[in-house]
Amino acid sequence: MGMRVDHHVVLDVRDKRKTVTILVDGKPVEAREGEPLLSALLAAGIKINRYTRRFHEPRGLFCAIGQCTDCAMVVNGQPNVRTCIVPAQDGMVVETQDGLTRKETNL
Amino acid sequence: MILEKDVVVIGAGPAGLAASIEAAKAGAGVLLVDLNLKAGGQLFKQIHKFFGSRAHYSGTRGYDIGRKLVREAESLKVDVWLQSTAVGVFPGNKVGIERILDGGVKKLYTVHGKAVIIATGASENAVCFKGWTRPGVMGAGAAQTMVNVNHVRPGKKIVMLGSGNVGLIVSYQLMQAGCDVLALVEAAPKIGGYAVHAAKISRAGVPIITSHTIVEALGDEKGTVRGAVIAKVDSHFQPISGTERTIECDTIAIAAGLRPVVDLTRLMNCASVFEPVFGGFIPLHNTDMETSVKGIYVAGDSTGVEEASVAMEEGRIAGTAAAQSLGYLSAAEAGKTKKLLWERVNSLRSGPFGERRLTAEKNLLEHFREEIREPQPEIMIGGLAHGAD
Amino acid sequence: MALIDEGYLEFSELQEKQKLPDAERFQRGPVAVLECIQQIPCNPCEAFCPFGAITVGSPITNLPVLDAKKCKGCGTCVAKCPGMAIFVVDKSYSGTKGSVSFPYEYYPLPQAGDEVAALNRKGKAVGTGKVLKVTNPASFDHTPVVTVETDLSLTDEVRNIKKGVLK
Repeated sequence: MGMRVDHHVVLDVRDKRKTVTILVDGKPVEAREGEPLLSALLAAGIKINRYTRRFHEPRGLFCAIGQCTDCAMVVNGQPNVRTCIVPAQDGMVVETQDGLTRKETNL
Repeated sequence: MILEKDVVVIGAGPAGLAASIEAAKAGAGVLLVDLNLKAGGQLFKQIHKFFGSRAHYSGTRGYDIGRKLVREAESLKVDVWLQSTAVGVFPGNKVGIERILDGGVKKLYTVHGKAVIIATGASENAVCFKGWTRPGVMGAGAAQTMVNVNHVRPGKKIVMLGSGNVGLIVSYQLMQAGCDVLALVEAAPKIGGYAVHAAKISRAGVPIITSHTIVEALGDEKGTVRGAVIAKVDSHFQPISGTERTIECDTIAIAAGLRPVVDLTRLMNCASVFEPVFGGFIPLHNTDMETSVKGIYVAGDSTGVEEASVAMEEGRIAGTAAAQSLGYLSAAEAGKTKKLLWERVNSLRSGPFGERRLTAEKNLLEHFREEIREPQPEIMIGGLAHGAD
Repeated sequence: MALIDEGYLEFSELQEKQKLPDAERFQRGPVAVLECIQQIPCNPCEAFCPFGAITVGSPITNLPVLDAKKCKGCGTCVAKCPGMAIFVVDKSYSGTKGSVSFPYEYYPLPQAGDEVAALNRKGKAVGTGKVLKVTNPASFDHTPVVTVETDLSLTDEVRNIKKGVLK
């Protein structure tokens, strides 16, 4: 069972959006064009978005509406991007953040 | 350059949309700004049918109400700026707005609104048990957004903390999306939300475990959630040692209430009070929904956490009053509309569940009448301290 | 009270708080059972009943009152109640079997003929049931109403079914 909601009695979950590919820590991950990056990551089973600066503890989805910053990652080289409110576009380069930069061990 | 608008509304949720609609209907030029990609606030994740009467769109699902409001605002030529964050409100009703334009370019605007309506909503409270920062621990609203808006499950096996309406409804909706809800844990000895919502998940087999709390989120080798340790609590809500047990799960959702987002009204030094019934610090307002600062109005959760139905009515009152203050409505016309709207709000605050809010609202309005009397044109220095006594 | 302590209604609680149709009315055919026992501001059951059989009145927090004589057991209120707290019970069509209709918004929907586990208000399997029909017209707005046949003696208890088909 994948993480996408493919069937629902109330909601129309058919997705007509184009499938695009983003690069997450160097690996290709499928995304629906325009969905929040965080959705594509969760659908691919990726739950850790960043590590804290001092203690290097993992953080992931917490508020999902752009308020808490726990899902921040390095996107196209720019750190601190809240992945829950940034739409996925083909070819985006997404990297796990460690402190204020990308996490080196992932490469 | 400073842009000019009759009314600037900040936040395009149910309150902001309703406020914009009423002001625009009366003839005012309205700018509605919201930081999200879409207008509608949290209405689009409310996939259940609403309570209330027909005037409150009862029996209609939240997302259908959202669509209806967005269409109405569009047809009334409300100027909607999305991906636009109000970063400040300054003396003289000037609103600083950071807007993301096509291509991701950010541009800063200053807009002068003859009236400014602040409808910034609320944010979720956290509960800080051991391991609460682990990936897999999240707000119940966050889990709801993932399944209902983004159509992705945040996890497969969920433990919910909190039995208010949010905890109950989100548990149900996670099951609708195909998740297993293993338990709903509530620290109080009784269920907090509506019994009908509890009954829905009970008959689906979800145990509601009262007088218990989560004491720890266990992690796997990567640090993500692999279980919840729950324990019985005493009458002071302290965990009782020796009563711990572990529920294996990959997600812990926290439904511990919401608190009003008041950054902008605080910037304007709007007189505020602490009112637990409404979720914390809130700006005071009069029956026009106007704050202690002239021309600054509030509506919805940012002036007290309630339901979307209440937020819409408050928005309509604020929009009507703002239009009246600018001369688009006569006192008689506006007075009639506002009276009707207040009756509708009060009906939503009736009954045993609404009583506390009805009384609290009455006291807040009285507080305003006695201590603020009239909204003041300038910033009231020390307004916060004044209100907090 | 089990409802606010545990999250489910004991039938005895329901009988205390709501006037249920009498035995004679149950004999005459399907009829609505309103399991709404808290005063919350809500009245779609009243607004949508095509026969004017449910009254909430003013204030809107009144508990709904069913006029069992007017009720035809059509099930409109079952789909319209935002609290999903209305059921239609039919004890009339056989001496041994009866049916219960309830709102069901989970995927996959059951199909007529399915043999299923019948659940009570606590979600506990109390017997087996056979799905008679699944009604889901546009006017129900995505709240399908499932009618399941069970032993007559279970019709006051069964309020849901377990996902999946038996055997």
